[in-house]
Amino acid sequence: MAPPPVHEWTLLAAAKAVREKAISSRELTRALLDRIDRLNPKINAYVTVLPEAALADAAACDAELARDKVRGPLHGVPLGLKDIFCTRGIRTTCGSRILSAFKPPYDAAVTEKIRAAGAILLGKQNMDEFAMGSSTETSCFGPTLNPWATDRIPGGSSGGTAAAVAAALCFAGVGTDTGGSIRQPASLCGVVGMKPTYGRVSRYGMIAFASSLDQGGPIARTVPDAALILSLIAGLDRRDSTSVDAPVPDYLAAADRSVKGLRIGLPKEYLQARGLDPAVKKAVEAALAKLSALGAVAVEVSLPHTEYAVATYYIIAPAEASSNLARYDGVRYGYRADGATGLVAMMSRTRAEGFGPEVKRRIMIGTYARSAGYYEALYGKAQKVRTLLRRDFDAAFAKADVLLTPTSPTPAFRVGEKTDDPLTMYLSDIFTIPCNLAGIPGISVPCGMSPEGLPIGAQLLARHFGEETLFTAAAAIERELPLPRVAPLEG
Amino acid sequence: MAITRDEVSHVARLSRLALSPDEADRLREQLGNILGYIRQLDRLDTRDVVPTSHAVEMGTPFRDDVVRPFGDKEAILANAPDREGDFFRVPRIIED
Repeated sequence: MAPPPVHEWTLLAAAKAVREKAISSRELTRALLDRIDRLNPKINAYVTVLPEAALADAAACDAELARDKVRGPLHGVPLGLKDIFCTRGIRTTCGSRILSAFKPPYDAAVTEKIRAAGAILLGKQNMDEFAMGSSTETSCFGPTLNPWATDRIPGGSSGGTAAAVAAALCFAGVGTDTGGSIRQPASLCGVVGMKPTYGRVSRYGMIAFASSLDQGGPIARTVPDAALILSLIAGLDRRDSTSVDAPVPDYLAAADRSVKGLRIGLPKEYLQARGLDPAVKKAVEAALAKLSALGAVAVEVSLPHTEYAVATYYIIAPAEASSNLARYDGVRYGYRADGATGLVAMMSRTRAEGFGPEVKRRIMIGTYARSAGYYEALYGKAQKVRTLLRRDFDAAFAKADVLLTPTSPTPAFRVGEKTDDPLTMYLSDIFTIPCNLAGIPGISVPCGMSPEGLPIGAQLLARHFGEETLFTAAAAIERELPLPRVAPLEG
Repeated sequence: MAITRDEVSHVARLSRLALSPDEADRLREQLGNILGYIRQLDRLDTRDVVPTSHAVEMGTPFRDDVVRPFGDKEAILANAPDREGDFFRVPRIIED
């Protein structure tokens, strides 16, 4: 069999090939830039491409390697970033008109860390505006399309990153997840996406949506690739007051461990959920059968408050968003409306013209939920139900080491299918939202294909700081259910 | 759950959003639907439940209040929609 073309290599294989001088960073970077040139117009995964900077950086990596200097484990390997991570001097838009000309004066912690590890930044990837969406259709740059079927959405909000990874327009990327925004697009694009424990990855320089839920994490084509990236971006950062001071384990080693004796919890509320596609259910059951054959033990668990998770989320996330997005006022950076005579009129018009419909909707919900007379009944109530949801997980993790669920109730839906009905769109996140509310880690790993040839993902959840268990179980599913990871976008 | 026009314009004013009449109408309907869905939480008895403000148990971290110079002032000011020297320039604050 012919070896796979360069762009289809795993991140680990590409990093090794550069380090061993089997290929130069320039060749690798050029190969991906050529692909982006050719294929990005078909799927709109990148909103900013950095050919000159990437090639210059690749040349510097090659020169350093010639003197045996290695920056880090990703020396000379091209990656992409969701356009929510600040990149110094490089436009960072968050998919919004209001930030369409914003050039951050500093790098996000994630940006610093992937650069310090030696990665080459190919560009910035499309996303739902301010990460508010499940389809990447709310971006001011237009939707990203699913590389497996370009009449379908890639999921969201990190849809640009998931689509770019699946189309082999980068070896891996980093996205963010507030209610499923890494795991759901990873599932719909047939790649691996991991949301770490809240506080595991620094939020410094990651543009805020809902601060008590937001978390950055890897999107990659294999579980070991995702594990390597998490080991590089995790860790304490004093610039983020919720960053957790806990040692970063060797996640890559966890991907090689056995699942023998691992207790796999099946939340009955998830597998009985209305709207669960039969093909998705079947694929998740196939993943369970493989884990059981390897000696894992299935146990039924109950998460009785699951049906309240979406309602809870749609108070807490908009409430926090309406506060976070108050900073976009046309004064210090970003878009400003022309011609307004007073300060308040300028701010109100700037925000009306700069934000898209979904962002305005969420600002309105959040402001309403925090306003006098509703604060206790809505926001206070949601914070209490959040406690009930956390207790559900505590009880489940007393019986199980890891929970197995579908990531998304259906495979990728069609472009435009849910844009007119915000509530239906919100309900597509039913399986991913509880994890954010509880602050626990979750991963999505491919486990099957629908009859129409669309990828299906299984979600695994673990207790706080249980990322190693997730990598162990996800890697086992990946080995036992080998599926194509690069979408056939050519031709 | 029905939301009135007045409530929509009150919340829009608090949100500093100059909505068009069309937008306000659409939002009135959509917010009504979404808030109706959200009100299902009322079915749960939460009298003795402590609210979650933090999903992961941790204390409040403290640090010394020390000024650390940023350095690249121009990179910050270059993003200003309007400036005068080292100041951000805005329309008049006290209206006639």
